Amino acid sequence: MKWNGWGYSDSKFLFNKKGQAEFTGKRYRLSGMVLPSLQDWFENTFGASVNHKSPATPALNASAVPPARLNKAFVEDLKATGIPFSHEAEDRVFRAHGHCLHEIFALREGKKFERVPDMVVWPNCHNDVVKIVELACKHNVCLIPYGGGTSVTSALECPPEETRCIVSLDTSQMNRILWIDEKNLVAHVEAGIIGQDLERLLNESGYCTGHEPDSMEFSSLGGWVATRASGMKKNVYGNIEDLVIHIKVVTPRGVIEKSCQGPRMSTGPDIHHFILGSEGTLGVVTEVTMKIRPIPEYQKYGSVVFPNFEAGVACLREVAKQRCAPASIRLMDNEQFQFGHALKPQVSSIFTNFVEGLKKFYITKFKGFDPHQLVVATLLFEGDRERVLQHEKQVYDIAATFGGLAAGEDNGQRGYILTFVIAYLRDLGMDYYVVAESFETSVPWDRVLDLCRNVKERINRECKERGVQFQPLTSCRVTQTYDAGACVYFYFAFNYRGLADPVHTYEQVEHAAREEILANGGSLSHHHGVGKLRKEWMKESISSLGVGMLQSVKDYVDPDNIFGNRNLL
Amino acid sequence: MASKTLYSQRDPMLKRDGFEDILEERRNSSDLKYALRCYAPVLYKGVTPCKANMLKNIVLQSDQLHYVINKVSQESGKAPDIIQEEASVILEEMAHRLQISTVRFFAFALTKAFKTLFQHVCVNEEGIQRLQQAIQEHPVVLLPSHRSYMDFLLMSYILYTYDLALPVIAAGMDFMGMKFVGEMLRMSGAFFIRRSFGGDKLYWAVFSEYVKTMLRNGFAPIEFFLEGTRSRTCKSLTPKLGLLNIVIEPFFKGEVFDVNLVPVSISYERILEESLYARELLGVPKPKESTSGLLKARRILSEDYGSIHVYFGQPVSVRSLAQGKVNRSKYNLFPRHIPRKPMEETQSFVNDTAYRIVRLQEDNMVLKPWVLMASLLLQNLEGLELSVLTEQTVWLRGLALSYAAFLDWPDHAPTAKVVSSSLALHRGLACVSGGRVSLVVGEPLGPVTPEEALFNRAVSVLSCASYRNQVLHVFLRPAMLAVAMHTAASSKKNDVYNCFSFLWDMFSNDFILCPGDTVQDFEEACYLLVKTGAVQMPQQDIVMTDIGQPTLSFFNGLLEPFLQGYQVVCRYFCEEASEGLTEKQYIPAVRSFAVKLILAGNLRCYEVLSSDMQKNALAALLRMDAVTKVKVADQVTLIVNKMAVNSIDNILGGKLPTQKAVLARL
Repeated sequence: MKWNGWGYSDSKFLFNKKGQAEFTGKRYRLSGMVLPSLQDWFENTFGASVNHKSPATPALNASAVPPARLNKAFVEDLKATGIPFSHEAEDRVFRAHGHCLHEIFALREGKKFERVPDMVVWPNCHNDVVKIVELACKHNVCLIPYGGGTSVTSALECPPEETRCIVSLDTSQMNRILWIDEKNLVAHVEAGIIGQDLERLLNESGYCTGHEPDSMEFSSLGGWVATRASGMKKNVYGNIEDLVIHIKVVTPRGVIEKSCQGPRMSTGPDIHHFILGSEGTLGVVTEVTMKIRPIPEYQKYGSVVFPNFEAGVACLREVAKQRCAPASIRLMDNEQFQFGHALKPQVSSIFTNFVEGLKKFYITKFKGFDPHQLVVATLLFEGDRERVLQHEKQVYDIAATFGGLAAGEDNGQRGYILTFVIAYLRDLGMDYYVVAESFETSVPWDRVLDLCRNVKERINRECKERGVQFQPLTSCRVTQTYDAGACVYFYFAFNYRGLADPVHTYEQVEHAAREEILANGGSLSHHHGVGKLRKEWMKESISSLGVGMLQSVKDYVDPDNIFGNRNLL
Repeated sequence: MASKTLYSQRDPMLKRDGFEDILEERRNSSDLKYALRCYAPVLYKGVTPCKANMLKNIVLQSDQLHYVINKVSQESGKAPDIIQEEASVILEEMAHRLQISTVRFFAFALTKAFKTLFQHVCVNEEGIQRLQQAIQEHPVVLLPSHRSYMDFLLMSYILYTYDLALPVIAAGMDFMGMKFVGEMLRMSGAFFIRRSFGGDKLYWAVFSEYVKTMLRNGFAPIEFFLEGTRSRTCKSLTPKLGLLNIVIEPFFKGEVFDVNLVPVSISYERILEESLYARELLGVPKPKESTSGLLKARRILSEDYGSIHVYFGQPVSVRSLAQGKVNRSKYNLFPRHIPRKPMEETQSFVNDTAYRIVRLQEDNMVLKPWVLMASLLLQNLEGLELSVLTEQTVWLRGLALSYAAFLDWPDHAPTAKVVSSSLALHRGLACVSGGRVSLVVGEPLGPVTPEEALFNRAVSVLSCASYRNQVLHVFLRPAMLAVAMHTAASSKKNDVYNCFSFLWDMFSNDFILCPGDTVQDFEEACYLLVKTGAVQMPQQDIVMTDIGQPTLSFFNGLLEPFLQGYQVVCRYFCEEASEGLTEKQYIPAVRSFAVKLILAGNLRCYEVLSSDMQKNALAALLRMDAVTKVKVADQVTLIVNKMAVNSIDNILGGKLPTQKAVLARL
């Protein structure tokens, strides 16, 4: 894994000697391929140049890491339990951050860290966690649970004002499927398991969870629970709160769990909902029982081109209305469509080239779509073959009434690749003076268009006012549909040459964008969570009484603030 | 930021653009060619213009209208189809049918007319450039001042000249009376609204949705008059909020990113309707707009009306104005297509904005030397030596400039020349005989009764006052301070402020005083008077300086007619008003009361005969609860609290300190 960027060390984008972009490694569909149009797109979109590099510092500077403030008594007691731990600088720094722009930027620049965990512990099972939490309470040590480290809300940042010893509780060793119950179609899993491992292991028994957040390669089950995660295929499988049957959480007051696995209960407010989205402020999720499904027999990608964003949104709304959304349906705006196109690998045969040309001609010239207006919806169908084909027809028929044209499986699949490589692309951008980030919201259907337009406009304006010299890239996609609204996902990037403090500028713009979202009827977050990044809006979002309710739970469960990451409240 | 310029203290060195005369080119080239030239304005974000019929369909099919139609149908028991049909009829009656051919016709005809009527039509071209920029970026609302029927034709004419998108204009239904002209106006972009449609939900829904649809889609700039009607007195009228609410709402609901409000100040050197207005104010009802009436107005064509100045102000961004004042997320919890009364927060924001825009209009009104002369003449109704008038006009010019008046004083012309040419242009109002300048009183035919003579004199006083009124906004705050210093019990700052605040409250229907700005206005007045050396403020006192006398007495004289007028109204209520006086009877009754006083030689103030002042005085007394309205059957009756009215009268006359009056009110 990279220490100052996204994902695996062997996988990265780079511009080769010929100036062509390629993606290294062997792990992804794009791996090892040359992407001839990426450079043009990159230079034209951002006004950047492959000749202007902004390289990262090559290695972690250990002197930039503050010394560990160890709690001797705690360390002694911990040693006695035999649970492994470390206070190496690398281990501590690696768990001091998530993947917010400012966090990665600071790592690349080799900035001095203000506060990082003082030590890291690796419990192996639920009981280990119980012991650690007991010791932490006994010695007044601050615990910060750490799963996959993919947070984008500053949730893993150590509060600089924390004077106690901070211990990062890394759940990565708790990664087993403890049992599978085929009669009830549930699996009992340790919460440290990483998404792709969970899926792979279940697949071996012919099952899946179907929970596929974009970060599933690296994020953990416990993290999903703690942030109220959402998966790409939630239309079939549900979001994390729909998937979870039983949760075991270790808190300073003891262990919370329900006494049965009934599929639904009327026993007062669901205590799971105190845990889901608690962002590590109450305790550590150690084990989860979640629903599983047989692996679908058939999977098919698809795509539809619409003349403009308005038509696309209208179509998605209709699909949601008829409740016939495929496992995934996403609408990318024109900017993202072009972005996706820039990732097309080199075409080997003249014939494919010719066919591509014909398609383009058909859509833009024959059907009169404006290439700077058209948008594309990507689809993923799952189920038994016959149903999938039927379902596909139904969706394409609806799309046709909104002027949509079927645009093939390939375009659809490419859309989903973008979401897995986007974080790698951000690292590439940062090598060339481009900073980028994404953020999301959920919003009622009738406000989707207004919100998208106003947020983009606000970003453009704020960038201009703050001295960003190049036109920023603002792009959005409607990425989930619900009965009453949709989830909208934004990408935002700009060339920061000429700016003294690009990260600060970036943060100001993102702040303004969030204000705009809230003013246009969007939520504070659909699935990323609040962390410390969006805390300031919690009162406005859920009322001060609401914050008080959450606070009183926190005060009861964790009176000494052992879980002191200070997220959420 | 726009809000900053709007809310900051007025800068006496206010930077303003220069003017270009658009008639100059017309005088040197073919009018026909001009009318037929290629016209291709840029639109908002490059939208294509929308055909009038398509626009109607969008409105009729909108969720907003459907909701109201269903609601009205439920309430009235009529079928939705019938209501829908009614809506369609309303829309038909309302909608504009902008046609470029009609615009070209007007371009041709107006050029001819303008060239005969006016010496110059001057426009600030930088303002036009700003407007052009604004139109491309955001929906634009044009908010011109309203002094003449000419205003909106003039606006469209200018925009056509500069190849800008033609506005759609909210016009009063009374124009529709003029069959042919009404349709012509409709085809040049006017849409017609009924003057009153209080409870008619359907009408309101059609109307507001029509305006919002045009705004949201950016098909054309929307133009309307904040003042609601032509100001007959040449003072700005307190703004009406209905339409402003409608055009601002799409911003709050997130339907547009921003809305730009562009104040436009149209200043006429001589107003076409000059004496018409005076008569109207004196109670001769305004002639119903009719085509033949307009044709009679042709004789106007033989006169010289000087020049017109049109100043396009800085576009004001509603978004920046609302920053921190209105929480837009409050609109999140209610479906946007259901009509709702604006929230309190919004209401006060819109009210505030309206006042500020009108003040911006005032700021950029161009004043001619005659305006200063009229102010002086009105303080000397018996007449002035020409040399004295000239000398005082020069003095007043200096004063006006130091108060940031937008004065159009001819460069390099000797003062005597300026004065004499002003007198020449306004020879209908003032004349020089034997070296003395005095007001002209229209010569009646045949023998006259004393009432008729008084009436004729009043016409010329009110006409003259309409010029003085143009400068009032420049001097208003210092003048109120001067009066307050005069009437206050002591020179203590507190006492003076109490007096000032009383006057401020009293006159807030007559002048544009932004709600809640009393303290700010007081401070501005102090600052200006101190700056110009008329007043000094040692410790907690406000006192006149050695050289302050002329300024302060001019200011006292400037407001004297208003003080007197209001006092007459008070006296009427105390001495004459009968039990069961209805609102309708009020104006004629006050008028005859004042006539009696003047004829008896007890009153020399003619301005109280103006129905405008009478209405404003009543509004003030109502606001102060000295008079209350009671609705009995179909009649609105005025109930007078004589004690309270009497004490207000006494304060205005300087006989009672302000503090007591406040008590009396309680």
